[in-house]
Amino acid sequence: MSKKVSEMYTETSKWKELTPGCDIYVAGTSKEFRTGDWRTDMPIFIVEKCKQCLLCVPACPDSSIPVKDGKRGEFDLDHCKGCGICVKACPFDAIKMIKEEK
Amino acid sequence: MSIRERLSGNEAVAIAMRQINPDVMPAFPITPSTEIPQYFSSFVANGLVDTEFVTVESEHSAMSAAIGAEAAGARTLTATSSCGLALMWEELYVAASNRLPIALALVNRALSGPININADHSDSMGARDSGWIQIYSENNQEAYDNFVQAYRIAEHADVRLPIMICQDGFITSHAVENINLLEDDIVKNFVGEYEPENYLLNNKTSMAVGPYATPAFYMEAKRAQSQGMNNAKQVILDVAKEFKTISGREYGLFEEYKLDDAETAIVILSSAAGTAKDAIDKLRSEGKKVGLLKIRVFRPFPAEEIAQALKNCKAIAVMDRSEGFNSQGGPVCAEVKSGLYNIDEKPLVVNYVYGLGGRDVKVESIEEVYAALDKIVADKTVGEGYRYLSIRE
Repeated sequence: MSKKVSEMYTETSKWKELTPGCDIYVAGTSKEFRTGDWRTDMPIFIVEKCKQCLLCVPACPDSSIPVKDGKRGEFDLDHCKGCGICVKACPFDAIKMIKEEK
Repeated sequence: MSIRERLSGNEAVAIAMRQINPDVMPAFPITPSTEIPQYFSSFVANGLVDTEFVTVESEHSAMSAAIGAEAAGARTLTATSSCGLALMWEELYVAASNRLPIALALVNRALSGPININADHSDSMGARDSGWIQIYSENNQEAYDNFVQAYRIAEHADVRLPIMICQDGFITSHAVENINLLEDDIVKNFVGEYEPENYLLNNKTSMAVGPYATPAFYMEAKRAQSQGMNNAKQVILDVAKEFKTISGREYGLFEEYKLDDAETAIVILSSAAGTAKDAIDKLRSEGKKVGLLKIRVFRPFPAEEIAQALKNCKAIAVMDRSEGFNSQGGPVCAEVKSGLYNIDEKPLVVNYVYGLGGRDVKVESIEEVYAALDKIVADKTVGEGYRYLSIRE
């Protein structure tokens, strides 16, 4: 079985090719899609103000703040939905929200 | 050897459930189905079953829990009536579209209002388009037999749909009648173990249940779901055939009673069919050619088979124990008429709404219907096609 849901199903799949109830038998399928593309507000990471306390990381409902070697990096804007919870979680004003121009 | 007993319909279904020994039963009490989870919880307390009995706070939660348990891989059932089924409405569609073979013991009761606790079919008829298989039972024996057959139909790989086994509130659920029960091990072997191909608690594969379907997929999903219902007809017949080998009792999509040479006939569901058979015996002894078609399987609806069985009648009365409020008649009549439409020879059809909210249906009430059919045959026209039986004018 394919490891990608986008290969299991395409928009030309026939009805007999669907799984029962459209069940999906792979994990982490959001990685294949830009689930944040309906965002209106966008977070800006102000790196010089960041103390790397990482309080924002577990607050993010979409796991869109990647951490590498104990330090957070830029937002994953393919999956961030612009909810702004990270702004509230940050004690150092290192994140601000702006209107996203599309 | 079958076990001769005398039981109410509720007890009979609870015993079928004990013999099936399901994995999970979430349930919330509502008259007249309350006794089913009540009897079953005593089986749980006495260690007669291995079932996880979940005392939920509403029927909305009962069906939600059933969906979760069934998706996890557990054989799950529940019981309800009337407004309880109405409160499950959203989840009924989810269970069916997620292709989860849950079994539901439905004890038919009128929907409010006026508030009423007695038998009619407005609850299940309201859920007729939810994607559940619906089987109706005339008496306690049929309620038991149908429940024993339920999982073999619902879990079949060609079907994979939830199933409701219906019996009439109080008339069947509370009246104690003779019954032949099957031995525990015979039921156990017949029903077998539930072995779903994919389930959430399987740690060898990832699985997501109930994903969002965009417009590019939703219609194909519905087409696939409808195929399960189409396939159910043959599976129901196959399971009935096998059931006959363990019980000696025969079931089909519907039952014909003295229909072969009948000039006039009644189409009816559930307990009132028994009353109608008495009326037929009486009228036959007077030389009248009257018959009956009792629908057992309402979903899937065996339209072609019913049309073939009725085509030689001169006039028929389709009996609805629920209103449709479409100003044309009830749901059973709408289905029967649409089944008859595409055959050349067809009887005149009159629709009777009867027995709402537990109104008694007597042998004389049914005789009244056959007398009206005689008049329709003589007049060669139906006249008013949408009537209320035994209504005070």
